[in-house]
Amino acid sequence: MSSMPNQDSKPDAGAPMIAVENVSKSYGHSQILKNCSLSVARGEVVVVCGPSGSGKSTLIKCINGLVPFDSGNIAVDGISVGGPRTNLPALRAQIGMVFQHFELYPHMSALENVNLAQIHVLKRSRAQAFEVSTRLLSRVGLADKLQSRPGQLSGGQQQRVSIARALAMNPKAMLFDEPTSALDPEMVNEVLDVMQALAQEGMTMVVVTHEMGFARRVADRVLFMDAGQILEDTKKEQFFKEPATERARLFLSKVLTH
Amino acid sequence: MNYTWDWSVLTQSPYLGWLLSGAGQTLAASAGSWILAMAVGFLIGALRSLPYRWTSAAASVYVEVFRNIPPLVQLFLWFFVFPEIVPASLGDWIKGQMPMPELTTTIVAIGLFAGSRVAEQVRAGVDTVRVRLLPAALATGLTPLQAYRLVLFPIALRRIVAPLTSELLITIKMSSIGLTIGLMELTAQSRQIENYTFHGFESYACATAVYLSIGLIATGFMHIVNRRLTGSLAGNR
Amino acid sequence: MDWSVIWKYRELLAHGMVVSAMLVGAGMIGGMIVGALLALARLSRFRTLAFVVGGYVTVIRSVPLILVLFWFYFMLPLITGQPLGAITSALTTFVLFEAAFYCEIFRAGILAVPQGQSLAAAATGLGNWQTLRLVVLPQAVAAMVPLLLNQAIILFQDTSLVYVVALRDFLTAANVVVGLNERPIEVYTFVAVVYLAICYGVSLLVGRSKKAALR
Repeated sequence: MSSMPNQDSKPDAGAPMIAVENVSKSYGHSQILKNCSLSVARGEVVVVCGPSGSGKSTLIKCINGLVPFDSGNIAVDGISVGGPRTNLPALRAQIGMVFQHFELYPHMSALENVNLAQIHVLKRSRAQAFEVSTRLLSRVGLADKLQSRPGQLSGGQQQRVSIARALAMNPKAMLFDEPTSALDPEMVNEVLDVMQALAQEGMTMVVVTHEMGFARRVADRVLFMDAGQILEDTKKEQFFKEPATERARLFLSKVLTH
Repeated sequence: MNYTWDWSVLTQSPYLGWLLSGAGQTLAASAGSWILAMAVGFLIGALRSLPYRWTSAAASVYVEVFRNIPPLVQLFLWFFVFPEIVPASLGDWIKGQMPMPELTTTIVAIGLFAGSRVAEQVRAGVDTVRVRLLPAALATGLTPLQAYRLVLFPIALRRIVAPLTSELLITIKMSSIGLTIGLMELTAQSRQIENYTFHGFESYACATAVYLSIGLIATGFMHIVNRRLTGSLAGNR
Repeated sequence: MDWSVIWKYRELLAHGMVVSAMLVGAGMIGGMIVGALLALARLSRFRTLAFVVGGYVTVIRSVPLILVLFWFYFMLPLITGQPLGAITSALTTFVLFEAAFYCEIFRAGILAVPQGQSLAAAATGLGNWQTLRLVVLPQAVAAMVPLLLNQAIILFQDTSLVYVVALRDFLTAANVVVGLNERPIEVYTFVAVVYLAICYGVSLLVGRSKKAALR
């Protein structure tokens, strides 16, 4: 029961930035992803929602090759993710990822966290990296926390550092895996605001989240997943007004009563 | 390397008999020490976890003393020093009439050493569950002593089966120190065979295989104990 | 009781302690170097190598040290073709024995670093070796320190076992004194107290390093 991927997208669309075709993945006896297809155009913001265990996190981790998939194709800006000749680290350097549990390196300061991949992957000089990191950390509102260790920062602050760390690589697209699910309620907005600003600047984004308010405000399209399948893939207005499937309707009714 | 192999050495008598008797002594020493270690360890571990200052301190002293003195030194203390410092009648009995003095002394020495280590595991196990479960138990109206007896200890026990398995393996290996006071256990017998036949490779390989087997059986046994204990907690895992 | 016997033989006992210290030093340094190599082998992608190393580590850890001492005392001269001195055999044995334990400590430390850290590093484009060097190892080391200190205490206690190969460490030297004087109570008590003081002291350090690792 999957609907067709929507063809209407932003005016500056060309070839899709992210193209997922018929991807399946099993782990042991359970099939985590069943024939998933999805296309994200340049500058588009796609929100993926659905109940726990629906495969959303797995799908997003397949896009940058952190999780291998059994069949199908994934291409990011034309480069195949599963391809035998693909230089995966080089590809990953072009895709930014933000994790649910932040995953900042605890033995380094915020500044060093943002510097690390710039120096060792992009081969920028320490001075260049310092300048970029300082600029990005200021942009996410943490100019005064450059030397702080993750242990000294709140969850919301850590997640903002984590976004800066991903942006430091000048990514073509950003993947967010439930970025606010591990945060105390009062810190959710500070992170969502940063993400909204990023979207308004034209970043291509795939966001797995339960934050329907954010989806309503910022997303172009909404995907609904359940039990490994993409059941809905529609423009956001359509999704919130009248989702096509019963399952999605049920999910929305439960989520929106809060 | 010029070495003539002869595995049949292991099956000839008297060597086969030596190996079997050695394995038997190892099993006896291991089992005896382990039983003593568990008894002492749980008692001391329990005393150490209770929130009463004097029992906790006394138990801590036991653990630190018996844990930090090398087991071989403890064995010598029990074998050479203990009979001299107790009243003469007891000392004479130990030196003269006590049955299987090498085995008994080895069991006492290793048992008390391993007991201190088991006590530490028990204490660590109780500590990890105490933070959450003690307030919960007390909130239902149990007295502190009841909370420890009915809630904390049973749950801690089930959680420490894995580290206890490693303590059991250490105890089995420790049994070899008995050879210094004349216990003809497996290691001693394999060395004896080397002395008599010069086929050290075969005899040590055999002893190694036996120790590995004993270790596997012991691990399997603890695994079964673990399943029976945690089965009741985990439902139908 | 006559405690002067200890003072009388202080040189003999001190020599024994020096031998014990040598065994601990070599066991630790040599053991850690070889152990690190073994750990890398076990964590590597070459499955046969990992399997063989895993086998060696499992056997060494399942078998009494006394048996390993007998094994190596017997085997090493055959391999090298010439008789080895007692101290060389003992040092070699301790290095190869401890290496198995250090291998497991290093492996456990590395595997204890949460997988999310490796994923986050990989997501920014860092390669496997870079991730290990810059992200995983620094975190693993902090967790390993208490385990390494603990192993040092065990190693120090284990050195007393060279008694079985007549190498004159602290305990064996004490035995010689007892043999000369028939004063087991004073001498063995002294030995026990010395071991107790040293091991307890180091265990206090272990406690402190554990608290530091949790920070």
